Amino acid sequence: MTVITGRIWKFGHGIDTDIIIPARYLILPLEEMKHKAMEPLDPEFAAKVNPGDVIVAGRNFGCGSSREQAPAVLRDLGIKAIVAASFARIFFRNAVNLGLPVVECEAVYDQVREGDVVEIQPDSGRIRIPAKAEEYSGSRLPDFLLKIINDGGLIPHLILENRKG
Amino acid sequence: MGKTMVEKILNQAGGSRDLSAGDIVMARVSCLMTNDAVGELTVQAFEALGRRPWDQNRIAVVLDHYIPATTENAARTHKLLRDFSRKYGLHLFDQQGVCHQLMLEKFVLPGDLVIGTDSHTCTYGGIGAFATGVGSTDGAAVMATGEIWLKIPETVRIDLQGRLPDHVHPKDIILKVIGDLGAEGATYQALQFSGEGAAGISNEGRFTLCNMAIEAGAKTGIFEPDAVTESFLKDRQAKGIFFKSDPDAEYCRQMTVSLDRLGPQISCPWSVDRVVPVEEVRGTRIDQAFIGSCTNGRIGDLRIAAQILDGKRIHPETRLLITPASQDIYRQAVLEGLIQIFIDSGAVICNPGCSACFGGQGMLWEGEVCIGTHNRNFKARMGHKDSRVYLASPETVAVSAVAGRIEDPRG
Repeated sequence: MTVITGRIWKFGHGIDTDIIIPARYLILPLEEMKHKAMEPLDPEFAAKVNPGDVIVAGRNFGCGSSREQAPAVLRDLGIKAIVAASFARIFFRNAVNLGLPVVECEAVYDQVREGDVVEIQPDSGRIRIPAKAEEYSGSRLPDFLLKIINDGGLIPHLILENRKG
Repeated sequence: MGKTMVEKILNQAGGSRDLSAGDIVMARVSCLMTNDAVGELTVQAFEALGRRPWDQNRIAVVLDHYIPATTENAARTHKLLRDFSRKYGLHLFDQQGVCHQLMLEKFVLPGDLVIGTDSHTCTYGGIGAFATGVGSTDGAAVMATGEIWLKIPETVRIDLQGRLPDHVHPKDIILKVIGDLGAEGATYQALQFSGEGAAGISNEGRFTLCNMAIEAGAKTGIFEPDAVTESFLKDRQAKGIFFKSDPDAEYCRQMTVSLDRLGPQISCPWSVDRVVPVEEVRGTRIDQAFIGSCTNGRIGDLRIAAQILDGKRIHPETRLLITPASQDIYRQAVLEGLIQIFIDSGAVICNPGCSACFGGQGMLWEGEVCIGTHNRNFKARMGHKDSRVYLASPETVAVSAVAGRIEDPRG
């Protein structure tokens, strides 16, 4: 997987799924739903995000509900990767299944500000801040999860595997 | 080294014998549940795979979140899920109650591996099943293959000692545990409730405890099945497999809860682990009270509420919503006269389902305060981002509804 370079949106600790996408929006068509992402924190978030941006967040990102709409709306807004000090288990799985790279890294959180540019290498878990020439080591995913992300998510991955027979 | 019951269930599901916590297992699933909050994405992902369901008799589709439909989007989702269920002959529970209650009443057995596209799927650990929540894509893959990869979790053993005092309930136990562990204190781990105090917890109480394991980040909560479990299964033909942890099983952490010394607990906005003894927030004015949900909407919970509300009126400036967790529970509550008591007290009875728990009904406006028996008090979950939600036992909620402010059930 190539290095992802993006501008940071920074979020704190314990960002739960009702912040990422409140339950009452879950039955909106995805195209409409993405405009509600992070609404309780910042109603303008969806309008401000540019495709190619990334998220850096604190501990337990995505805690709460199993709703896959949470990583889905972030992906649909063009978020290319999420780095968090730690992830809630189901969110982590859902992001991988949607082909959205996730890296766990505690150290980088205090070193970046919103708007900074960061380089993320999902294959190795390496994170670099070019402006400061600083580098951090995040978690490295097991190969079979990297393969799912590289294939674009679990469904494309299973279709590819099926074709290979 | 012995095995935990979680290791045993997942070895059984994986057709293996020697896997332990930390190992990844490709496991056969006993049954799958999906619901209307995420079902549309599940169906889309499933149809993209171009396969048939692996076993139509082991898949349940539950319409419980947005029922009866009050928006066109909900109606669209429901139509899609009804058509999908009928096309493949899946079990459709159409507006019959909360998915987790229905799965326990009709589907799940001890020793099962159950996957559900809802984070509170962990509730089924109350009868000794390994059950965990996943997203829509994982759900779709299970629907097609009957398999899922899982990392076998380490187990936190929580020893319950003694018996609960009057006015203190299983909800208070789990709130205390979550407060002590923190919202991510058990991420990727299983919570196993054991000890001599566990035998004294009813099936309903066990469901309440396991239901909220996810609020500490856990993959599941689980009880070792016993005579109490057998009583729950008395009308079921199959009894499942009663797995128990070996005496020399390895736990990543052990903690003890002395039930005798426990008082009523309450979770404060806006994180479930912000738990304090109820007396610390006593007197906080409330606008709404809610009794229901997959955590505490069962007949025992309604009986507790009815004892408090019998012959009383709720505070004139407080709204009380009561939502039985399933149609069976609703019918039982009618037969026992509980519904009459609720109506006379000034409560509104809502149709069985997820109801106010996630803001499906009874939404809050800016500055409003709700106390409920449900499982989450996240910002904006029940409405306006500046509304506030407290979580407590059915008794604490009922006495608070009468007082119009948060009240200690011990008086």
